[in-house]
Amino acid sequence: MKRDASIALVLFALVALLPLSGEAYWMRLGTTMLMYGVLAMSWNFIGGMAGYPSFAVAAFFGLGAYAGAVAQKFGVPMGFAWVGAGLLALVFAALLGVALLRLRGHYFAIASLVVAEVLRELVNSMTGLTGGGMGLNLPIPAMASVDAQARFFFYVMLLLAAVTFTAMLITANSKLGFGLRCIQQNESAADMLGVDTTFYKVSAFMLSGVFVGVAGAVYASWVYYIEPPDVFDVLYSVKAIVMVLLGGAGSMFGPLVGAAAFLSLEELVWRNYLEVHTGVLGLMIVLLVLFLPKGLISLSQRLGRRGKLR
Amino acid sequence: MAEPLLRISGLDAGYGDVQVLWGVSLEVPRAEISCLVGSNGAGKTTLMRALSGLIEARSGSIVLDGKPLAGASPEAVLGAGIAHVPEGRRLFAAMSVRDNLLMGAYLRRDGKAAIGSDLEKAFAMFPILRQRSMQDAGTLSGGEQQMCAIARGLMGRPRLLLIDELSLGLAPLVVDELCERLRALNREGLTILVVEQDVAIALELASTAFVMDTGRVTRSGASAAFADDPAIREAYLGTI
Repeated sequence: MKRDASIALVLFALVALLPLSGEAYWMRLGTTMLMYGVLAMSWNFIGGMAGYPSFAVAAFFGLGAYAGAVAQKFGVPMGFAWVGAGLLALVFAALLGVALLRLRGHYFAIASLVVAEVLRELVNSMTGLTGGGMGLNLPIPAMASVDAQARFFFYVMLLLAAVTFTAMLITANSKLGFGLRCIQQNESAADMLGVDTTFYKVSAFMLSGVFVGVAGAVYASWVYYIEPPDVFDVLYSVKAIVMVLLGGAGSMFGPLVGAAAFLSLEELVWRNYLEVHTGVLGLMIVLLVLFLPKGLISLSQRLGRRGKLR
Repeated sequence: MAEPLLRISGLDAGYGDVQVLWGVSLEVPRAEISCLVGSNGAGKTTLMRALSGLIEARSGSIVLDGKPLAGASPEAVLGAGIAHVPEGRRLFAAMSVRDNLLMGAYLRRDGKAAIGSDLEKAFAMFPILRQRSMQDAGTLSGGEQQMCAIARGLMGRPRLLLIDELSLGLAPLVVDELCERLRALNREGLTILVVEQDVAIALELASTAFVMDTGRVTRSGASAAFADDPAIREAYLGTI
């Protein structure tokens, strides 16, 4: 655990140096990567540790984005709006978890997939509060320059990613994490040994919701304008899952490595294959998952083992 | 006769609309090995599941040493002292043998030292598990997995150990070895209730036997009497 914490500290410190580049493009990319990292790490709680394939990331993200935006519309200061959005996502995840986590496997996946769609329709129809399909504008934070703003949101996402990582590290090394791994491998056996599976699964689901909720709210403030199809986009769920699988499910650095790798691929492919970029991206992901089923993070172990043999 | 450790009376239980157990009553004598035999679908596993709180009793009572347990959660049942070694072993395949055993002590609050000494005891009882302690449980042979599952049950320091399908899919030699270990545990005072399809093995191992049929306990008594009973011989052992 100490080793993981030190590696993470170095990693986050290095990422924190990114603004020195001074380039707006890198700032935007860095902020996006950190946000993806938060989504992927959050999914790791429920999908990687407990083994429940949740597609609810988009639901938490959209909920957080709208909660933050609506709160600010009523004059709540930005920081409080973000934290409030996270708390709302936490409570929502608890209620949703109690209902959905009775289902297992594909059934759970489908049920969690529907949640974002339902929320999107609700937000669409509550025109008075949310602006419906017209979207919602957010107050632009008063800052000296566009560059200062970009730096501000970069550091906020960095802080959020660091908090999420810390929560993940603590959870993985706690009784909760041990219990979740047992649930993943054999839920009925875990039940039999006295693990309170319902409570544990709901806790994991809440952890997978709270940070995504904050990320959604920060994202809304960052881009000033949100609309339902944007923040309730099912791709947020899919990307989070793909990033974790790419990096290594259940591992500590898998989600972050996956987020960085996924975003790099996305940027690279987007630039070079403008017409067929999603096709090429999909193909690359299929290849990676086929040949590296335990994710990029397993590459270091493999290489290490080979080195030892020599 | 001493007060039985476990007393079940009039227990009804089942799944959804299907009732499986119909007024099951039995008394598990203290510090003895008992067995529960019966054909497929008689309700043996359902009774085990109801006992350990995995399914809820619809009516009737389960009393362990004066403590009512009907309707209790699996945690509460384990806490009260009933450990369940499930059918088909149900180990955590991708976790080490050692971690599997430690999981058995999950609910215990008596500190690492006590758990560590029990782990030592478990390894002493099943030396092969010590050799395999860092190996994934999924890589063990069937017999070793059953040992691991039993040892995991023991790590909860139970007063009553339930074992569902002790011999299922295991070689006769391994079954003999397991029976020997269970007798040793019993000599130390542990009460054991074994569900077993192989009636010959069950009657040899246990001193008290219960026969289940279509969700009811149809007969109970000393195993020795059963082994000599022509009706039982014909129904379960086959005539020679």
